[in-house]
Amino acid sequence: METYDAVGENNFNPSSYHGNHTKQHATWSPYDNNGGTVMAVAGEDYVICAADTRMSTGYSIMTRQYTKVDEMSPKTLMASAGFMADAATLKKLLKGRCDQYQFANNKPIGCVAFAQMLSNTLYMRRFFPYYAFNIVAGLDAEGKGAVFTYDAVGSYERTNYSCQGSGQQLIMPVLDNQLKTVSPLVLPAVSSATPLSEEEAIDLIKDCFATAGERDIYTGDAVELFVMNKDGIRKETMPLKTD
Amino acid sequence: MIPSRTSHSSSIGPGVVPRGADPAYDEEVKREYDLRKNIPHLGKGSKGRPFSIDPNVGVMTRTQTPYVTGTSVLAVKYKDGVLMACDTLACYGSTKRYKSIQRMKLVGKYTVVGFTGELSDFDYISTLLDELEMTDFCQDDECPRTPKEIYNYLVRVMYNRRNKFDPLWNSLVISGWDYVEKKPFLGCVGMIGQHYVDDHVATGFGNHLARPLFRESWKEEMTEQEAEKLLKSALLSCVMRDKQMMNKFQLSKITADGPGEISEPFAIDTRWGYENYVNPTKYAPGAW
Repeated sequence: METYDAVGENNFNPSSYHGNHTKQHATWSPYDNNGGTVMAVAGEDYVICAADTRMSTGYSIMTRQYTKVDEMSPKTLMASAGFMADAATLKKLLKGRCDQYQFANNKPIGCVAFAQMLSNTLYMRRFFPYYAFNIVAGLDAEGKGAVFTYDAVGSYERTNYSCQGSGQQLIMPVLDNQLKTVSPLVLPAVSSATPLSEEEAIDLIKDCFATAGERDIYTGDAVELFVMNKDGIRKETMPLKTD
Repeated sequence: MIPSRTSHSSSIGPGVVPRGADPAYDEEVKREYDLRKNIPHLGKGSKGRPFSIDPNVGVMTRTQTPYVTGTSVLAVKYKDGVLMACDTLACYGSTKRYKSIQRMKLVGKYTVVGFTGELSDFDYISTLLDELEMTDFCQDDECPRTPKEIYNYLVRVMYNRRNKFDPLWNSLVISGWDYVEKKPFLGCVGMIGQHYVDDHVATGFGNHLARPLFRESWKEEMTEQEAEKLLKSALLSCVMRDKQMMNKFQLSKITADGPGEISEPFAIDTRWGYENYVNPTKYAPGAW
């Protein structure tokens, strides 16, 4: 039978175009990489979580308006890149858990507790992982900005800034250069929050996405910034190049 | 209420140990299940041991490779509704096998679902949707499911089957009128559960051929006539470039005014007299 992929979106098999007929039929993978870049920056009294809105598969863009950042609780934002069906399922599950927490404790879940829950949830699927690369951003119990960064199977770390997804390699060195501060191990303790003001951090993030969009085909269309401070959460959007 | 038939029982993956294969275990779970017998998929209606694999059958999977397939489905929103179009062909490999297959399905009053990919898998999905629609009808509460709810349901079905490594080999387009939010709805779900909503969608080859045309010409405040014209120009490019597509199409329309309509099959005007078709190697130096 001729080699082809009926759905045509999940896998592209170049061998079928060149008379190499070792592969007899369309195969499938339970995973896809839908691209996208997510990042977060924490300040002394604010945190910003941002992501582009492109969703791709291979060389095709499926939609230009896919929001990757979700408000999990009033104090917690979560952004995911990677395989969108896994990310959406994960967020659905966690949102349910956040609601249950609210019912049981009569207060919304904090970002530190949420961060641990996400780690446990990812590790539960250690041998059939959620292919999602997550960042959690929020204000901790003291009102300080917090960023948690993960791998697909639940290893995580609290940091002050992070970037994940297809533009990670382009953005992370810039953040290291601009935001790296005192080690949290130094004594007497010095705040390791980024020294930037909220406005400066917003500018930096916008620049990062504009730059990543120039070089990374999976990043583009628009960037959404969710800014959390003591007054609540507000959202900013900036268009990016659509090519 | 009589429990409705459920083809998609969450306790019944394909190939689970059937009732009666292990009486001792059946007895044990009966006590447990009696406590929950009113939950349809756990209690009386259930057919086997959940989360198990029947050693006589092994892990059972259905479509691992597609056989009879439909190609692109195209759809666009316009100011008072959604239009969806696809051809009526189901191919067996590259054979044009079944030429009068309706590839769109009306679900309830306000939703149309179209499919790309395996015909038999969509037949199963149709069964699920019919059951869903039946329970909804029986409730008779003037509160039918919105297209968004049907979309979310289908996302879960597709993702659940990919988790079992037993995918439904389809991309689905869900269009409809959201009578709650009073606006058109248009979404797409892939074979492994990837999903999105957008102003225009196209599955399969249409993603390469039609989507660029939509992106160029689609406008928020399009009239029905403009949307139809856009859709037909996209169908033209698809039928002239996609060998799996046939010049026999159906168009569905859904608006606030109630039941969605799926048109009678029609053809569009095609021209094959282009110079490049007559002499394909003329402008290709090095070819012969």
